[in-house]
Amino acid sequence: MPQTRKTPIFQPLADSREIWGTTIFDGCAAQRGYALNKMCFSFNSAENRAEFVRDEEAYCRRYGLGHEQREAVRSRNVLALIAAGGNIYYLAKLAGIFGLNVQDVGAQQTGVSVEEFRERLLAAGGS
Amino acid sequence: MARIVGGIGTSHIPAIGLAMARKQHEEPYWKPFFDAYQPVRAWLESVRPTVAVVVYNDHGLNFFLDKMPTFAVGAASEYRNADEGWGLPTLRPFPGNAAMSWHLIEQLADADFDLTTCQEMLVDHGFVVPMQLLWPEATDWPVRVIPIHVNTVQHPLPTPARCLKFGEVLGRAIESWQANERVVVLGTGGLSHQLDGRRAGFINKPFDLYCLEKIVHEPKLLAKYTIRDLIEFAGTQGPELIQWLVMRGALGADVMKLESNYHVPISNTGSGLLLLEKAA
Repeated sequence: MPQTRKTPIFQPLADSREIWGTTIFDGCAAQRGYALNKMCFSFNSAENRAEFVRDEEAYCRRYGLGHEQREAVRSRNVLALIAAGGNIYYLAKLAGIFGLNVQDVGAQQTGVSVEEFRERLLAAGGS
Repeated sequence: MARIVGGIGTSHIPAIGLAMARKQHEEPYWKPFFDAYQPVRAWLESVRPTVAVVVYNDHGLNFFLDKMPTFAVGAASEYRNADEGWGLPTLRPFPGNAAMSWHLIEQLADADFDLTTCQEMLVDHGFVVPMQLLWPEATDWPVRVIPIHVNTVQHPLPTPARCLKFGEVLGRAIESWQANERVVVLGTGGLSHQLDGRRAGFINKPFDLYCLEKIVHEPKLLAKYTIRDLIEFAGTQGPELIQWLVMRGALGADVMKLESNYHVPISNTGSGLLLLEKAA
C-alpha cells in the first residue's frame, strides 16, 4: 500500500531526449504507417481476417502497403512493423491472426523466450 | 439536481475480459486482482449510481487514424461493443443517456473545450472491461452510460494539465444537470505498461504507487508532467493516467479515499484500483 512505505518523489523531467527502446507514435509515424495501420484496422472484421489468411500478398496489395511494410508483414517481426510506421494497437490485431498475445509480442521484441518475458513481468512486482 | 457519488480508477486491459469469459477468478494469478474489486462492488451496491460517465481511450475499434478526436463524447441512447480482432465476447448493449450527454457537451463547449460528439459510437475493451469488472453479475446494466474517449493512440495527446481541467469542468457540468441522477465517474486504463519496442515489458511499480497516492490529495502534482515524462516513467501506454486525471478532476478539490489497490503484473501491466468519494 502506498502509505506504508516511503514513496520516492518523481519530479517532472522537462527533457526532450529520445527514450531508449521506445518509439512515440506521432504524426510522422502515423503518416508513414497509414497503409499498414489501415490494413490492420480492417482486421476488426472476422471476414477480413479470413481473407488475409487466404491470400496475404493480395490483401497487402489491396491496402497499398509499401515494400518495407510488405517485408515487415512477411517477416512477422514486430520491431520491423513498428519501424515501418505500425502502431501497436493496430499491430495487435495482426498479431491476433497468428495467435500471438502481448507476452508473445513482448518476448519477440526483447529477444527472450515467452517464459523469460513472463518472469520479467512477475519480477516487476518485487521492485 | 444530479450528484456525483464517487469516482473509480481501474485498469481496462483485454486480458481481464478474457479471464472473466474463461471464469479464471479463482486461479492464483487472478484471484488477488479480482478480490480487490469486492469492496468496490459493495460500495456500488450501497450508493446505487444511476449514471456512469466512463473516461477511456479507444484502441482502434471506433476511431481510426483518418479522424482522431482528442476528446469525444458519446451522445447516443445505446452503445455496443464489437469484434476488436481477437474474439472478446460481444455483450448486451449499454443504455445511454443522450439528454444528459448533450448537457455535458454544452457545458464543456461553454468552457472552451472543443469536442467531437458521437451519436454512434462502438465501445471497445477500454470501456467494456471496467463495466464488467464493476457489475459482473448484472443481467441488465444498472446504470446508463456516457462514454468519453481521450486520445492516447496518436501523438500529440492532450496534456495531463488539460485533462485535469477537463475533469473539473466535467464535474461541474454533471452537477448542474437538472435530473436527479446519482453519477459515478470512471477513469480507466494504466497504470505503467509498455507493449511496443525493445523496452516492452517495462513496469514501474514505485511510480505507480506514487501516482496512486498523489492523485488523491495532490492531483496538480501529476498534472505537471508532460506526456513524455509519463512515457519515460510509465512506458508508452503509461499516459493512460490522463483518463484517471479526468475522473479525479470531476470530483472537485476535496476527496476521501475509500479503497486503493495495486497488483502487478496483470498481463504486461501494473494494475491500479482506486475508489474516491467527494469529501462531505
